[in-house]
Amino acid sequence: MGKQQDILHVQGLRTSFFTDNGIVPAVDDINFSIHKGEILGIVGESGCGKSVTSLSIMGLLPQAGKIVGGEIFFQGESLTKATEKRMRSIRGNEIAMIFQEPMTSLNPLFKIGNQLTEAIHTHQSCSKEKARKRNIEMLELVGLPRAEQLLNDYPHQLSGGMRQRVMIAMSMICEPQLLIADEPTTALDVTIQKQILQLMKELNRKLHTSIMMITHDLGVVAEVCDRVVVMYAGKIVEEAPVRTLFKHALHPYTKGLLASVPDIRSKKDRLQSIPGNVPKPGSIDKGCRFAERCEHAMERCFVEDPPLYKMETNQQVRCFLYDTETKKEASHETTIT
Amino acid sequence: MGAYAVRRVFMLLPVLFGMSLLVFSIIYLIPGNPAQIILGQRATAEAIAEVEKQLGLDQPWHIQYVDYIGSLLQGDLGTSIKTDVPISQEIFPYLAATVELTIVAMVIAIFIGVNAGIISAWFHNSWFDYTAMVFALIGVSMPIFWLGLMEQYIFSVQLDWLPSTGRYEASSVIDPITHLYLVDTLIQGNMEQFTDVAKHLVLPGIALATIPMAIIARMTRSSMLEVMRSDYIRTARAKGLTNFWVVYKHSLKNAVIPVLTVIGLQTGLLLGGAILTETIFGWPGIGRYIYDAIQYRDYPVIQSGILLIATIFVFINVIVDLLYALIDPRIDYK
Ligand SMILES: Nc1ncnc2c1ncn2[C@@H]1O[C@H](COP(=O)(O)OP(=O)(O)OP(=O)(O)O)[C@@H](O)[C@H]1O
Ligand code: SF4
Ligand SMILES: [Mg+2]
Repeated sequence: MGKQQDILHVQGLRTSFFTDNGIVPAVDDINFSIHKGEILGIVGESGCGKSVTSLSIMGLLPQAGKIVGGEIFFQGESLTKATEKRMRSIRGNEIAMIFQEPMTSLNPLFKIGNQLTEAIHTHQSCSKEKARKRNIEMLELVGLPRAEQLLNDYPHQLSGGMRQRVMIAMSMICEPQLLIADEPTTALDVTIQKQILQLMKELNRKLHTSIMMITHDLGVVAEVCDRVVVMYAGKIVEEAPVRTLFKHALHPYTKGLLASVPDIRSKKDRLQSIPGNVPKPGSIDKGCRFAERCEHAMERCFVEDPPLYKMETNQQVRCFLYDTETKKEASHETTIT
Repeated sequence: MGAYAVRRVFMLLPVLFGMSLLVFSIIYLIPGNPAQIILGQRATAEAIAEVEKQLGLDQPWHIQYVDYIGSLLQGDLGTSIKTDVPISQEIFPYLAATVELTIVAMVIAIFIGVNAGIISAWFHNSWFDYTAMVFALIGVSMPIFWLGLMEQYIFSVQLDWLPSTGRYEASSVIDPITHLYLVDTLIQGNMEQFTDVAKHLVLPGIALATIPMAIIARMTRSSMLEVMRSDYIRTARAKGLTNFWVVYKHSLKNAVIPVLTVIGLQTGLLLGGAILTETIFGWPGIGRYIYDAIQYRDYPVIQSGILLIATIFVFINVIVDLLYALIDPRIDYK
């Protein structure tokens, strides 16, 4: 079980999809914790299992998806063993979630006020007037002008940035301890992105809400996160405090990602700097999943699964380069040449 | 919204105009002299002239049409040749009978169809889903007159649970107010008659409900499946809402929009008078009325009957459009 100050503790989580084409292990043995008041970044390329991880925590996996191993603890309570009723009382109340697509994440047929009030009334009983006040308060908190009128607006009358602010207001309305944000800014243009990130950081400071920030953008990580988990093909390959990661990343994959950061700004595809593609989940049964694309790959990388190595720098890395045995060999080789 | 409704109705004018022209020309489209056809081969010249005058056939056609429209606008639907009674008076009880049956059938169809569609979508690919969809397939392809006959055989003849024909027991007399007998008996507080009328509605109601129910169930299912995949449904679930609210508030309101079209269309079709069903169940509805008029070559009745049904059909379409606008705020009706 997690330490006392951990709000969330994910332990050996495995989530698979049972499809017509076989079992897809989308998330494979994931371990991480989120401390109280912390913003944890989860980074990785498309398809590496970020969303599946967050949906596993929320208990909102699509029908084909199942948690097949491990456990998730929220404030010491097991979510994987919780009843659906208990999960409902946690969702939106203690753990809230916002999504990538602000344009489609609000129900088009109901007024903003209705959707906000619903978020309150699902978990608390209070008068209509009180709920209304709370709605206005939240809309103002997320920096939306003329909040009172907004309550009577429908989602289609708002811009993408405004809708995402409404989503944030809605997710924070019950003051959850943990907010899961699945690529909250990906669909927005750059200036709005910055504002939304700023807002989330502010809320984190003001309300002490822990945030799990899912992104494939290291720029976002640099801007708001305290600590980062890097995922690759369903596994965690590196975990580090943000500054450490940007100063000296250890895993070859992380290094590749970092090397391509300037490309994000110039709108070039960031994946190009690492040659090759992410392997499909389940397509590799042994060895390091990054081996095909890794320039440091050794023989054992193709046969053995690298474990997570704990480093003195508060970092963890899944790579044989950091095995003390390998290191000796490597240094031996360099002395010969 | 009100202005939109008015405008939408105004837009009907050309349609109604076209329909009246079409119905008016029925009499010219049939070969031969209409008066002769009405009266038969052995009619005297005087009798033919009399009927021609009654129908206004002695006038040039454009004068006839202007007269026709003029009287229609005054609510005059002409006079039945067979009974010599103004059609506007005569037609009402028949129309009411069809309306009552249609409402009952559509309530059954919507209630069962929509819910079956929802459950099928929610338990997608389950045994319920498969069973419901097989039934829906049978439902749309079932000959309704056959279903009607089977119903009568099982529930009236064999089990003797329900009456097989008519709107009420011949021995009882209902004072018509609206001619919707469920309403009339209720207003008069005569529960015995009310039950009797309700019983008479069951078998024809179910027979007529079958096709719309099957179509509505399929439509609801596919529409719900699509809506349930959408982002805002994930949001609703992430809020901690129960499945009930996710389905009946967030999903259904979105999913019902395409279903409305089907409901409108099917209601219009039933109101058109299902002649076969009405015949089997001895239902004195508008379908029967027009059918009888055709047998008797009662042209004014045929014309007015068709025009009335077509008008109702068109108005149902307008109502569906207005419902769209009411449900979906994105529809710009300015
Ligand atoms: N409904 C599903 N059915 C089958 N497999 C799925 C399903 N959803 C996800 N997966 C599998 O899980 C893997 C991880 O998906 P996930 O959505 O978590 O990726 P992600 O990291 O969030 O990517 P993105 O950046 O594109 O959002 C995918 O590669 C896919 O193979
Ligand atoms: S384990 Fe081997 S293949 Fe994998 S990242 Fe490290 S060096 Fe590269
Ligand atoms: Mg994702």
